[in-house]
Amino acid sequence: MTGPMSFDYAPAPESRSVVDLRSSYGLFIDGKFADPADARSFKTVNPATEEVLAEVGEAGPADVDRAVTAARRAHTKVWGPMPGRERAKYLFRIARIVQERSRELAVAETLDNGKPIRESRDSDLPLVAAWFFYYAGWADKLEHAGLGADPRPLGVAGQVIPWNFPLMMLAWKIAPALACGNTVVLKPAETTPLTALLFADVCRQADLPPGVVNIVTGAGATGQALVEHPDVDKVAFTGSTPVGRQIARAVAGSTKRVTLELGGKAANVVFDDAPLDQAVEGIVNGIFFNQGHVCCAGSRLLVQENVHDEVLERLKRRMATLRVGDPLDKNTDVGAINSAEQLARIRALTDVGDAEGAERWSAPCELPAHGYWFAPTLFTGVSQAHRIAREEIFGPVLSVLTFRTPHEAVAKANNTPYGLSAGVWTEKGSRILWMAERLRAGVVWANTFNQFDPASPFGGYRESGYGREGGRQGLAGYLA
Amino acid sequence: MTTTSVPTGASATPSRGLAEVTASEASLRRFLAGLPGVDQVGAEARAATLATRSIKTTAKATAIDLAIRMIDLTTLEGTDTEGKVRTLVAKALRPDPLDPGCPSVAAVCVYPDRVGLARQALGAASLHVASVATAFPAGRSSLVVKLRDTADAVEAGADEIDMVIDRGAFLSGRAMAVLDEIVAVKQACGRAHLKVILETGELVTYDNVRRAAWLAMLAGADFVKTSTGKVQPAATMPVTLVMLEAVRDFRAATGRQVGVKAAGGIRSSKDAIRYLVMTGEVAGNDWLDPDWFRFGASSLLNDLLLQRQRMATGHYSGPDYVTLD
Repeated sequence: MTGPMSFDYAPAPESRSVVDLRSSYGLFIDGKFADPADARSFKTVNPATEEVLAEVGEAGPADVDRAVTAARRAHTKVWGPMPGRERAKYLFRIARIVQERSRELAVAETLDNGKPIRESRDSDLPLVAAWFFYYAGWADKLEHAGLGADPRPLGVAGQVIPWNFPLMMLAWKIAPALACGNTVVLKPAETTPLTALLFADVCRQADLPPGVVNIVTGAGATGQALVEHPDVDKVAFTGSTPVGRQIARAVAGSTKRVTLELGGKAANVVFDDAPLDQAVEGIVNGIFFNQGHVCCAGSRLLVQENVHDEVLERLKRRMATLRVGDPLDKNTDVGAINSAEQLARIRALTDVGDAEGAERWSAPCELPAHGYWFAPTLFTGVSQAHRIAREEIFGPVLSVLTFRTPHEAVAKANNTPYGLSAGVWTEKGSRILWMAERLRAGVVWANTFNQFDPASPFGGYRESGYGREGGRQGLAGYLA
Repeated sequence: MTTTSVPTGASATPSRGLAEVTASEASLRRFLAGLPGVDQVGAEARAATLATRSIKTTAKATAIDLAIRMIDLTTLEGTDTEGKVRTLVAKALRPDPLDPGCPSVAAVCVYPDRVGLARQALGAASLHVASVATAFPAGRSSLVVKLRDTADAVEAGADEIDMVIDRGAFLSGRAMAVLDEIVAVKQACGRAHLKVILETGELVTYDNVRRAAWLAMLAGADFVKTSTGKVQPAATMPVTLVMLEAVRDFRAATGRQVGVKAAGGIRSSKDAIRYLVMTGEVAGNDWLDPDWFRFGASSLLNDLLLQRQRMATGHYSGPDYVTLD
């Protein structure tokens, strides 16, 4: 019994039975589930196994119209006139129910999205509850938010959210809207509708008045019908920059208020005096958290040239310990790519990386035979001219670039049409402040990455969108 | 700590490329200050994430037996009697008297004046005797006394010496004094292996922990150890994380592998398994061996035994189903 051993972790699957999925779901309109008018539906699959999880109704223009009408009625008759302290009670109740049902919701999220249960359990769900708790607290204090003596809700909000953090994005959208007295029609992404539909049940459990929250499922056409609906006062969208552009065009000339949270190509800047082990963790967390399906992912590593080799050696060693596989296993670090379409896009862009001469390295890991998978990957020898340094890959792929001076780091970090987030790693406090002043990004993290808090505003510059979500600033998008 | 293919640092052959580091007080201080800093928030977050690993069934059974084999079963009390030490040795050899399949622990750890007795009680068993020395736990004595303390324990049959560093000297910036003392004690150890206790609860910052760990390794330590167990906080996950990173980096830089001992405050199987997870994922599987990782503990063993019995029988027994010691 001597000599080094390997300590293999036995499978530790979270139980699927904690969530009771129905075989089909309708649309949630005016407090009730109802089938779409033309009875169309689509399937949502588990990206880790390609197994069909449920049939989901596909809302057409008539369904969207019914949902908007219900939301308008609820806003005029119930939710708009209701005192803020009463609205707060509902939001607090929702937050508590989310906490009570967090295990069920986490498993559902992991099944539908492919993200590891560790993340849905320890990151997504706590943040969802935190968002509702935070904005519940604002509901009766809006006149103190610095937005005027008597700020009024906008009315009906049409909200379209992405597939990367389905329930968290729902919370980011619904919590402030409701706190401010708006009612909502929300369209979840077509590949991840399930937790929004479970959230509809949370609303019923909380006795939320009918019509305050409506969920219409569907693909792009459903979203388009929603944002173009004439009775929608406010459009909130999180997703890709091309779709954001379409929405901005669609609402141009109308009186609709718009906030857009779009793509990113964030720089994670590591100086030679960084706390290297924690920087490596931050790089890993920055790009491999949620399989890199993160709009603010640190997808460009800018490392000071004199520590490039050391950082890369540490990074590769750390990447080799990432556990890729069954998202329901409690020890999985990196789960499945959300869809075949996204996997194809990641493959196409990484192939371009090879063709343009960057050097690819992937963590040695065995990928499951079924489902959509991509090994954690990094490219070295990347220059600003490479497409993998410019385009959002939205996958577990890191492009490594170097710099020599702080000025060069800033110039390269800012040399992107995006501007959502950035990271700075250095033990020198003054340099952190110097960098933060110059980086054109909505969020600058210092010696950490991908940290979210409901009290902190989040949003982008330029092609990363406009408007802020979170914090006091997040109220501005839902008040007039 | 007997059979291994990795060269252990017999009498501190100056580490490859690091010889000039210990040439002067100035160069030593420069080197230690130049080690990458530790971000407290990040280190604690990493340790907390590793603590969420779910170790079940076969992995748990493996981990429990490994943890038992890594224990330095310890009694370091002013009240230690002959009878107490004999009980400890018996427990160390056969932790679960009803199950001959239960492995022995790595060593018993006692004060120097109890080493001879422990050695005698062990008889022909291959179990190691470890002894604290160097005016444990404060270390506030002259070098002459510390060396005599060490020699005493070695002469009485100690296989391993757990020394304390001079925290006062370290905190006042006299790194060379700390280094010289470790080198001297290492020499006094002869063939006994040297564990160097950093007493991280008194060093306070993770930066200090990393520097002290490197200092000890540069001086020839075979093991770096967190704590005496007499100061709070003793071993914590983040402190041990920083030390595991240090031994990993030291081997990468010099080729010499140094062990880590987490001591004090680790009482449950769950905690012990978390340390094993961290050791494997941070330092690497090479450290998952009693030659390279130890727990300094007294009550941990009984909790491991209770868990071990539960794995075998499917139900929890109780404190009366493991032996008092």
